[in-house]
Order: sequence, then structure tokens, then C-alpha cells
Amino acid sequence: MAVTTVSSAESPAAPPSSRRAPRRGHRGHPFAGFLFVVPFMVLFIAMIIVPLGYAAYLSLFENKLIGGTSFVGLKNFAEALTDEAFLGGVGRMGLFLVIQVPIMLFLALFLALAIDSGRTRAARSARLLAFMPYAVPGVVATLMWGYLYGPDFGPITQAFEALGLQPPDLLGTSSILGSMMNIVTWEYVGYNMIIMYAALRAIPTELYEAAAIDGASRIRIALSIKIPAIKPAIMLTVIFSVIGTFQLFNEPALLDAIAPVVITNGFTPNFYAYNVAFVNQDVNYAAAIAFLLGLVIAVLSYVVQLSSQRAERKVRR
Amino acid sequence: MALAGTAAAFSLIATGCSSGDGDGGGAESAEPIASDAFDEAMSTPTELTFWTWVPDIENEIALFEEAYPAMDVTVENVGQGLEHYQKLRSALESGEGAPDVAQIEYMYIPTFNLTNSLLDLSQFGARDLGGDYVEWVWNQVANDAGVWAIPQDTGPMGNLYREDILAEAGLDAAPETYDEYAEAAQLVKDETGSYISNLAANEPVQLIALLWQAGIDPFGYDGAETVSIDVSSAEVKEIVQYWQDLVQADLVSTDAGWTDNWFQNIANGNYAGWLVPAWGPIFLQGTAEGTAGKWRAAPLPQWDAANPVSGNWGGSSNAVLATSENPIAAYELARWINYEPEPTTMFATEQFLYPALTSLLEDPEYADQPVEFFGGQEVNAEFAEISATVDPTFEWLPFMEYVLSSYNETVGAAWEKKGDAVGALDVWQQELVDYATEQGFTVE
Repeated sequence: MAVTTVSSAESPAAPPSSRRAPRRGHRGHPFAGFLFVVPFMVLFIAMIIVPLGYAAYLSLFENKLIGGTSFVGLKNFAEALTDEAFLGGVGRMGLFLVIQVPIMLFLALFLALAIDSGRTRAARSARLLAFMPYAVPGVVATLMWGYLYGPDFGPITQAFEALGLQPPDLLGTSSILGSMMNIVTWEYVGYNMIIMYAALRAIPTELYEAAAIDGASRIRIALSIKIPAIKPAIMLTVIFSVIGTFQLFNEPALLDAIAPVVITNGFTPNFYAYNVAFVNQDVNYAAAIAFLLGLVIAVLSYVVQLSSQRAERKVRR
Repeated sequence: MALAGTAAAFSLIATGCSSGDGDGGGAESAEPIASDAFDEAMSTPTELTFWTWVPDIENEIALFEEAYPAMDVTVENVGQGLEHYQKLRSALESGEGAPDVAQIEYMYIPTFNLTNSLLDLSQFGARDLGGDYVEWVWNQVANDAGVWAIPQDTGPMGNLYREDILAEAGLDAAPETYDEYAEAAQLVKDETGSYISNLAANEPVQLIALLWQAGIDPFGYDGAETVSIDVSSAEVKEIVQYWQDLVQADLVSTDAGWTDNWFQNIANGNYAGWLVPAWGPIFLQGTAEGTAGKWRAAPLPQWDAANPVSGNWGGSSNAVLATSENPIAAYELARWINYEPEPTTMFATEQFLYPALTSLLEDPEYADQPVEFFGGQEVNAEFAEISATVDPTFEWLPFMEYVLSSYNETVGAAWEKKGDAVGALDVWQQELVDYATEQGFTVE
């Protein structure tokens, strides 16, 4: 039994190498591959590389309302690195990352395992229900939660008042980050769950049979087979979440309308870049901020990936 | 060049074509006596683009197109407020796609003047229109250097209050002075539990209007590179201290404006009043229908009752952009809809824009109209009297977006926490001075 499972798990990797072999000798169309890539490359260059280059170019200049544009080298970057508003935003997102992302991913994993276990009755509708918030546009979700959080007439406040309790101020300076975490969690649990669930479905059932024969409990199966098997999928959700967290924009931008002075201009780095560009009219500095933010995200994503690879290597040894 | 040459002739037409005497005549009386350049411009088929957020402005445009059949005006609503200005600026910077005529609030005129984006309308004789507008309004659109827009509507500040709630607190009229206002605030709170009004933490322009009322000029701009900023003077601090005392005694709330929560508080009487401009009455009628008949309008409380004054909050104008390829036609559009009796009456009576034209404010048919929502009070007349008391000199900085956003971060944040708003004025001042210096201005 054990032997068959190993071979079936490895088999998907084998065919490509055998397919690649004959092509090496085939020298008919050296440009064919290139041609296939052209449509992608054209769009990629026009939509990603060119704007990126333009932003890099912009970030090296300074444009004053009086005096016009002048080249300033890396001054904008140096300024951003000491800018309290920018660093505050990055720090706030760091906090968001270490609190919200684990909660969200544990929830997603739990839901995925629950639905996959087959114990949940009506697994299909449970799956749909959990996924539904993701189908609600972020803008709508934030508006909806903004209403629920309303300080005087929101349902949460009214429920507390009906019970004779002091209602919490969910849109205050100290609580708004938590309220935002709740919105984001609600929105993306289902999405992450689907990724994990799809990975769970790809686990060969022979493994479960083997485990059952060995007398493993359901929890043991989940911990020792399912979770290790979907580790790449989990890492994927972690990286998505890291990127998503640092790019939060809709939530602060919309809550800004409900709690205007609580959401500061630099609440999230992206929101800050927007405000710098459009309110302060400093496009050049905004470009520098956006670049630094990109760097932060790239480094963090790399660290996450690296640590997961290292962990994997350890396991293999 | 040709434009400058015809300017003198054109100015004659512009003045000759309307006296704004309000006794009708409409488009007919507006027909200008011929001048070659003007005639040619207005009879050549021309497409004009007009960016505005005013609802149903198509009706006034239709009148204009009727008067000038060669004109074809496209109205585009690209958003209101900040969004509108951002798009306008983007279009101006990219060099294409900017409209011929745009809606601009008075406080943003210097912002667009800074980039030389507005066409000086005095070359078409716009200066001669000045006498027909309320003095302080005209000062908002014109300075020594030129005339930058034609006024459309205004927002002289008054006090809208719930007569029933004040009566419950034993008050039979709106407080006339700020001392009385503070006493009334205590009474209203004790007797009814309501706040006498809400000073929205995120509404810098309301506070600026109250400073305007007190005769304080915190901002100045010479039209070139020099600005003056004084938002933390002793006078400003005195006003803010007054409100801070009320806020900290929990007699005035500081809820953020224009949110669900705020709308509901207005509708259910949690706020017994609102210090608000002349556009407030029509806004309330739409928002707080259930309280019809209970509201009254009064002048703002006064610091010196013997010498009643007011400030302005909001209102906007129509400006011709310097990039317009049809400046004469664009000017005529801006002038015609905001100066001729027919369209201006329509703005005032159908869209309820509060007029900037003296003739309209004095027109009994408009002013003396009783308004049911205000228990039959002649609200328009009330605000016409207030408009006459608005301090005629008030200037803005050429970067109001930053001024307002910085206020929210500093003073606004203090209001929200019911904290030290007076102290936050110093931070606001510092931020504004830093920004102005960074942007290359000389700060006085």
C-alpha cells in the first residue's frame, strides 16, 4: 500500500521530463516559443514595466508648486525613510499582518478541513456560504460593515443598548484597526479556504485508507497527512495575505467617510501614497513611497518563501 | 492677439446686454448688439464642454442653447468636490481633455490661479458685471489682477434651529449672542438632552466660516509667491476656545458630518440646530422630512450684537479654463447662465441655489416666499439680510486641499477626542507653514 501511494504522488512530476526530451532534438521553429509569449509580453511591458519605470523616474524628481520640477536624486526616498506618517502606516500594517493574517488563515484552514472531512452536512452549501463574502466587492463590504459599526444607530450598538450594556466604540482611534481586521477577515476567509480546500481534494485518497488501517484518528489524519500535504497551498495564502495587507486601500478609504478624523492620511501606506499624490499634489514623493512599499512587500514575501523552503528541506532530510 | 483687440468692443456688448432688472424679457433682452468678433464667435457652430456637479443644470443650458442656437454644450459630471478638482488638474496637466467651463468653489479659485489655469475674464468686460453681485461674493472671484470666474451661488452662514426643542428648554427665540448661545446650550442639554448643535470634526470650512464671521483673516495670497498663514493667532484661539469649552462640557457634539449617524441625529432631533449656510434649508427639507414645520432660520449668534456680521461656507462659480479654444463662447456661457434673469431665477427657484445677484436677492417674488418646512418663515429673505452682513474681505490659500486635510489630521482629531483643539491649532499652523515653504512659497 505504502509503495503505491508514493509512486502515485511522484508520478505527476515524471511525464513532463519525458515529454521534454524529444523536443530538444527538434530545431524547426526556434522562434515559435517566442511568438507564443509575445501577446503576454506586450501587455506585460505596456501595463507593468513601463508604468514601473515611469514611477521610478518620477521618484527622482521634485515638483514644487512654485519653482517647478528639478532632479533631486534619492532625496524623496531619504525623506520617506524618516517620514512618521509613512513609517507609521507600515508599522500599522505590520501589526495587522501578525494579528489578522494568522487568525484569518487558521479560520480558513479550519473551515477547509471541516468541509473536507465530509462530516459537515450540506458541505456544498457551507462552502458556498463561507466563500460568499469574497464575492461581495470590498467597497460594498466596507460600506456594509461601516453601517453595522455605526456609533449611535448601528445594529451592534443597538444590541448592546438593548441588553443594557455600554456599547463599544468600534470606530474610535483605538478600535478602528481591529474593526478593519474584522472586515478583511470576513472578506477573505472564504477565498483562502477555497485555495486550501482545492489542495485538500488533490490529496490521493489512498493515504487516508492507509491511515485508517493504521488506526489514525481524524484529527491525527488532519495534522499528519492533510496539513503537511497542503503546505504549498498554505504558503501561497500566506504570501497573498502579506501582499494584500500592505496594499490595503479600499477599507481605509471608505471608512474615512464614516470615521473621517480617525482614519489619518497615512493610515495605510497605499492610502498615504494616494493622499500625497492627490491631496498634497506631490506625485514624485508618492512615487517614492510606492516604490519603497513595493520593496517592503518584495522582501517580506521573499522571507516567507525562503523560510518555508528551509523548513521543507529540513523535513526532507 | 485678435482676442485682445476685440476686448474693448466686447466689453461694451457685455455690459449693454443686460441690466438684470428682473422684469423678464429673458433671452430676447440678452441678445447683444452686434460686434464682429462676438457675433462671429456666437454664430459659428461651436462645441463647448462644461464640467459641473449642479443637478439639472441641463435646463439652464437648454435656455442658453436656445438663445445661441449655434452653441452645443456638453455637460459632464466628473464628481463633486475633491474628485472634480483632481480630474480637472489631471486634464490640465496632461494638456488635453480639460473642459471649456468648470464649476469651481470660491475657495479653490486661488488654487487654480496658481497654475494659471483660469482665463482672466476682465478682457471680455466681466469687471462691469461686478456691481450687480453682492460685494463679498464679487471679491471672491475678482482681484486687482483680473476676474477669474462668474459667481453662481453662495453660502452666507445662519443658524437653523428646532423651534420646538428650544421651546421645550424654555427659549422662545434663537440666541442672539455667543454668550446667550452658551447659556442656551446648557438649557437645551439639561431640559431636552439634545445638543444645541454639532461642530463636525471633519468640517474645517464650517469653522473657517465662523472665523470669517469674527473678522479674522487667517489666510492671504498675493497671487504670486507669497502667502500669509495665521491659524493660531490669539483671535483664532479665542474662538476655538469658546467651542472647546462647549464641546468639553458635552453641550456641543463633534460627530463627523455627512455620515449616516449624522443624518440620523439631524432627523431625530439629537441636534437642536445647525450653524449652516443658505444652502442648509433646502438640504434639511430633503434630509429631515419628518421634522417639517419645526425648523426656523435665524442669523448666527454674534460676538457684538450691535454690529451683526456673518461668514460664508461654500457656494461656487463658473470659470473659463485658459486652455479653452473658444474663450468668447465659453465666457458667454459662464456669464449668461449666471447673470441673465431667466437662468438665474431658474437656479434659485428650481435648483434652490442661493443667489449671488443682488437683484434676485431683492426680488420680492423670490425673497418673500414663505417656506412651509420653516413654519411659513420667509427663509430666503432672512438669508438675504445675512448675506449683506458677510465680511467682504476674505482670502484663501492656493493649496486648500492640503489646508483642509491637514486640519482634519490636527484640529479635527482633537475635536474627535474632545481634546485640546486650541493646542492643535499650533500644530496645524506649523504643518501649513512647512508645506508652503517646502512648495517654494514665501511665508509672511
